[in-house]
Amino acid sequence: MQLAAYWRTTRQRLSLTGEVCPHCGAKLFPPRDVCPACSGPAKAPFQFSGRGTVYSFSTLYTAPQGFEEYAPYVVALVKLEEGPLVTAQLTDVERDQVYIGMPVEMVTRKIRAEGDDGPIVYHYKFRPLLQPVTS
Amino acid sequence: MRDVSIIGIGQIEVGEHWERSLRDMGAAAVRLALQDAHLERPEALYVGNMLSGQLSRQENLGALIADHAGLRGIEAVKVEAACGSGAAALRLAYIAVAGGIHDVVVACGVEKMTDTLGEETTSALATAADALYESEHGLSFVAINALIMRRYMHEFGYRREDFAGFALNAHRNAEHNPYAMFRKAITAEAFQRAKMIADPVSLLDSAPMADGAAAVALAPTAFARAQGLKAVRIAGSALATDSVALHDRRDPLFLEAAFLSAQRAYAQAGVRPQDIDFFELHDAFTIMAALSLEAAGFAPRGRGVTLALEGAITLQGRIPISTMGGLKARGHPVGATGLYQVVEAVQQLREEAGANQLHGCRLGMTQNIGGSGASVMTHILERLS
Repeated sequence: MQLAAYWRTTRQRLSLTGEVCPHCGAKLFPPRDVCPACSGPAKAPFQFSGRGTVYSFSTLYTAPQGFEEYAPYVVALVKLEEGPLVTAQLTDVERDQVYIGMPVEMVTRKIRAEGDDGPIVYHYKFRPLLQPVTS
Repeated sequence: MRDVSIIGIGQIEVGEHWERSLRDMGAAAVRLALQDAHLERPEALYVGNMLSGQLSRQENLGALIADHAGLRGIEAVKVEAACGSGAAALRLAYIAVAGGIHDVVVACGVEKMTDTLGEETTSALATAADALYESEHGLSFVAINALIMRRYMHEFGYRREDFAGFALNAHRNAEHNPYAMFRKAITAEAFQRAKMIADPVSLLDSAPMADGAAAVALAPTAFARAQGLKAVRIAGSALATDSVALHDRRDPLFLEAAFLSAQRAYAQAGVRPQDIDFFELHDAFTIMAALSLEAAGFAPRGRGVTLALEGAITLQGRIPISTMGGLKARGHPVGATGLYQVVEAVQQLREEAGANQLHGCRLGMTQNIGGSGASVMTHILERLS
């Protein structure tokens, strides 16, 4: 990822900030400024909670360039509690423990490094929703 | 709008052509199509291609292929719609002839995928997806299809092995296609044991990367008749779009653009799904074959796989698909695929399909998909009486 692209997507990547459509109320992630539901302008920022459930998932055994050293890893479509689906990796979970409907929450993690000397790329991933400790 | 027909077809064998270059393959297909049409010089050439810039460090393909096909000077340009580039080139060629801008136009699809290492080609293919919000998370194009397949199995209650029929049918049909990459049948056991690429998508759910080129020549139907050329009429032609990212779809299990382009093509041709004799669909993955059958109206939602289980998709079935091997076994040189589909449909309608000939077929449909469902081209071809 180019540095400029990394910088301009910071709010999406690190805090899951999207938009809300003032006309039809649709919650948008990623932000796109034009509502796909009603085609009206939608530029009001909206902060997602980061909580959702696994809609679908897959374990990659053959990874694209730049991700080879991390394979196998689990990717998923996560249904955010506010509505949108988001594509991301799952983390802090064994791959045979993942199931459709699993409650998850967003965390910020390293996704890869651009070579030995390049920048480390951070992104959102989702982990199983932590449960409060009960005594 | 003028009535348009396909008056010539050309294709080279799909495979790993280490001895052949992008320009060599593209030019060969163009010349074969012109030869078949008994014409020397078209007015325009549209070249469908997805990966030349990334894998061959070559753009400006319109001029390059025109020059190497001996057509220096004509109008020529590259058309890109990911894995749907081939049929997108045909769509533009159709618009040019139907709209009266040109009389004879060639649409060519060409792709060179095997000069590079597998990971490099895999990364290049991932550019069909949303670069910022899908590929950036480490998803390959296979993984995106795996997400669709897993959810489909979950919602409609299928097992992995239920998808075997699509791969078995494709391989069986490729056995008698001299242009196919994998000319051999596979067994249900082999499908079951196949290596996982992105769970639940295995190697045998997936079409292979390959080199290839195919082309067709178009002209007004009136011209073809006057010249006494063997012509196959384009009864319907449509292109529709959806979001590039799977997560942005209204329903990730429904190919909205495939539905829209099929509906527009049916409307133009004045036919319904039950009138179609065979369907060359985009079986890049078994799940895509199922979703295409549903979107094009051959099966209700969630029942596409049932057609494979019932044998309805074989050469003897109600709606034969991948009649010359499909993407799965003929091979999937991505930007060329859409034109291989059309060349094969023309072979069927001209009764030149050899051992795979469907008897008495009149209407064939092709559907080429770019990305996980973002750009979809549907063409309905009709045998002229």
